[in-house]
Amino acid sequence: MEEKQKKERIGVYICHCGGNISDYVDVAQIRDLAKNEEGVIISKNVMFACADSNQKEMIRDIEDEKLDAIVVASCSPKLHLHTFRNVALRGGINPYNYTQVNIREQCSWAHSDTPGEASIKAAGLIRAGIKKVSFSEALENIEVSSTRAVVIIGAGVSGMRAAIDLAKMGNQVYLIEKEKAIGGNVAKWKELFITGQKGNTIIEALSKQIRELTNITLFTGATIEKVTGSIGNFIAEVNIGDEKLNLKSGAILVTTGFDSYLPTEGEFGYKNNPAVITLPEFKGLIDNSHETLLYNNRKVNSIAYIYCVGMRQTKGENKYCSRVCCTTAIQSSLTVHEKFKDIQAYHLYRDIRTYGKQEILYERSSKNGDIYLKFDEKAPPVVEPIGNKLLVKVKDELTKRRELELETDLVVLVTGLVPRSDSKQISALLKIPVGNDGFFNEIHPKLRPVETVINGVFIGGSCQGPKNISESVQSSLSAAVKINALTKNPTIFLEPIVARINFDACVWCGKCAEVCEYDAIHPLEMYGKTVASVNEAVCKGCGMCAPVCPADAIDMAQYSNNEIEGMIDGFMEKVELVAEAGDKLQDGGEEGIAMKDMPLIWRQLAGCLQGDSKSIPDLAKELGLDSELVTYNLMTMNKYSLVEADKLDDSDEYFSYKLKNIPHVQN
Amino acid sequence: MEKTPTRPKILVFSTDKISDPGIDQAGLRKIHYSPAVYVISLPCSSGIKPRWILHALKHGFDGVFIAADGHECSYSPRCPELTNRIIEESQQMMKENNINPKRIRMAAICSVCAEPFANHMNNFTKILAELE
Repeated sequence: MEEKQKKERIGVYICHCGGNISDYVDVAQIRDLAKNEEGVIISKNVMFACADSNQKEMIRDIEDEKLDAIVVASCSPKLHLHTFRNVALRGGINPYNYTQVNIREQCSWAHSDTPGEASIKAAGLIRAGIKKVSFSEALENIEVSSTRAVVIIGAGVSGMRAAIDLAKMGNQVYLIEKEKAIGGNVAKWKELFITGQKGNTIIEALSKQIRELTNITLFTGATIEKVTGSIGNFIAEVNIGDEKLNLKSGAILVTTGFDSYLPTEGEFGYKNNPAVITLPEFKGLIDNSHETLLYNNRKVNSIAYIYCVGMRQTKGENKYCSRVCCTTAIQSSLTVHEKFKDIQAYHLYRDIRTYGKQEILYERSSKNGDIYLKFDEKAPPVVEPIGNKLLVKVKDELTKRRELELETDLVVLVTGLVPRSDSKQISALLKIPVGNDGFFNEIHPKLRPVETVINGVFIGGSCQGPKNISESVQSSLSAAVKINALTKNPTIFLEPIVARINFDACVWCGKCAEVCEYDAIHPLEMYGKTVASVNEAVCKGCGMCAPVCPADAIDMAQYSNNEIEGMIDGFMEKVELVAEAGDKLQDGGEEGIAMKDMPLIWRQLAGCLQGDSKSIPDLAKELGLDSELVTYNLMTMNKYSLVEADKLDDSDEYFSYKLKNIPHVQN
Repeated sequence: MEKTPTRPKILVFSTDKISDPGIDQAGLRKIHYSPAVYVISLPCSSGIKPRWILHALKHGFDGVFIAADGHECSYSPRCPELTNRIIEESQQMMKENNINPKRIRMAAICSVCAEPFANHMNNFTKILAELE
């Protein structure tokens, strides 16, 4: 890589975080050390770097001192990286010429037991931050145009529901279904819990809405052959019978659903004994029987349900709980009692998970006289034929593992949900990662639950993991809203953290393209030779390609050799700190704060309070500030013994504040 | 200021989406570990260049620890394999430079792995102290 111009006018801001940092780290000494670093023009201590008043001061500094880069040493970048990138932008410097140094979570808090060493570490961290920023490059967000259309794969309840909302929000929707009929699993189900509606009634209602919306195009019996392009401009090649279509879309929503677990031959006698059936098969049997429950032309008088079949296997493949099977089994049992008379039900369970409102079903079932027997995973029930019937032996955990023998006419294996058999193909088409459980993976289960690492590809419903109908629809609708937020803009901005190729060094060996999961690297003819080129809209910025390059011709933006090795050097330089000064700060911190270091708002408040105590509303009025902002700042000033509460004001509603430890105020 | 004990210096490469939050949580919960631990965060452990590891070990760090995402990596299921390859390559380079291969370690650190991270740091500190 060519030698970049180093930054020459760097501003460093070291945050007290109201004592969270300054109680343990000698911020004043570190500020002075930072001032001596190459390229640093300003080094300041600030009470709260994130406070609005300080942000404004930083912007002023950028303008007045013509700063070309900034470093804020405060909390984790998780909290304020974007806050300060914005400050940089507002001040007129590139947001990527800003570095956040974490001296709270990874220093003052982690090493509050050794404040002296915490100070040394903080000095090293800040110096590394300065080195990193001095090598930083200005980066521009990558701009891509976007098509206001969405491809939804899978027309089950999740996909259908999301299609309707996306269409209503103004998107052209292409709803693609592999089967001839739409509605997926839900269409096959009868009464559903809580509403009592039938599955196909729900699907019909959705289907009617879809037909009425002119901007939804539904393709049935259709399969996706290939997906090219990237966020904003995907092209999905769809096969419908003999016809081939290329659909252009800005985003893709995957709502492919699940498969039911199919027991292996011999698992609790499955396939070896015809009277052992799975829960979905049993539901079909209930639906098709009238007045008496017949199985193979014999009346069923007793049923044993075996729970968690194929699920929650400590040693097996499916370690997860399928969430919906307990409820489904118990509801089926209730339906059996309603529809047919005198059937005894035994529920052989490991744990019952009828969470939320579904607990009502469990209670109702217990009151019905259903018998619940708890078994241990290590001692599963054994199913044996006995004449025309089945003998189920179970060791009941709640009666000291006494072995019970139950004679039943039917054994229902309560099977759960597994990833669809074609999910691997879908994953390969779209390059979305699958988890250990085989379901599609989101970026973050709590904070980004419907996005995948592939920009513009979203997941909804039970293709992500076992979900009931409500949960499936919740997730697909949330994906719909996220998608619309993306497609409604004709231009999409992407983070510029991508791989960059040094064309001089590159000799195209193809190793980078080989490891790239996203197919972002392709050969390109340039300067009379073949070199690697990166599709910036597809590159995820993971950096996987960089270490495999034999010529070291790949650098990640923000993580170049200069930046990383500069940081390492910054950590290592020796730090000399003078004793004592830091210790004073540790009891309250008031000693270390000079008036000139205070945020502007504090100086203004102190100015107003000269001579007279004043209430919060009065101060807010006088300074033309929001009263909450005044309260917040007075509270922290109070913590630092700069002000104190005086007396209640005339209305008896607010305390007045007066100055405490400020000798004089500079203007 | 108290007299600073000499502690082995450890450079940690962590990942900004998964292991960083775990390390941050150790701080939040005031779970202490050696203050001679310095963290550089990257998008993914499979993007660490062996030359950085060598640079650190040659310029004063006593050990390098890779806080990887393991199978949780959202970029690629091949992440553990590729990260392993980076470690192997680094150890080869370390060998050529007479650096003990024990000075590099890796473990998966998840987004809530505060205690495991602190334990790894304490163990590694001990191991490195014995290598002196």
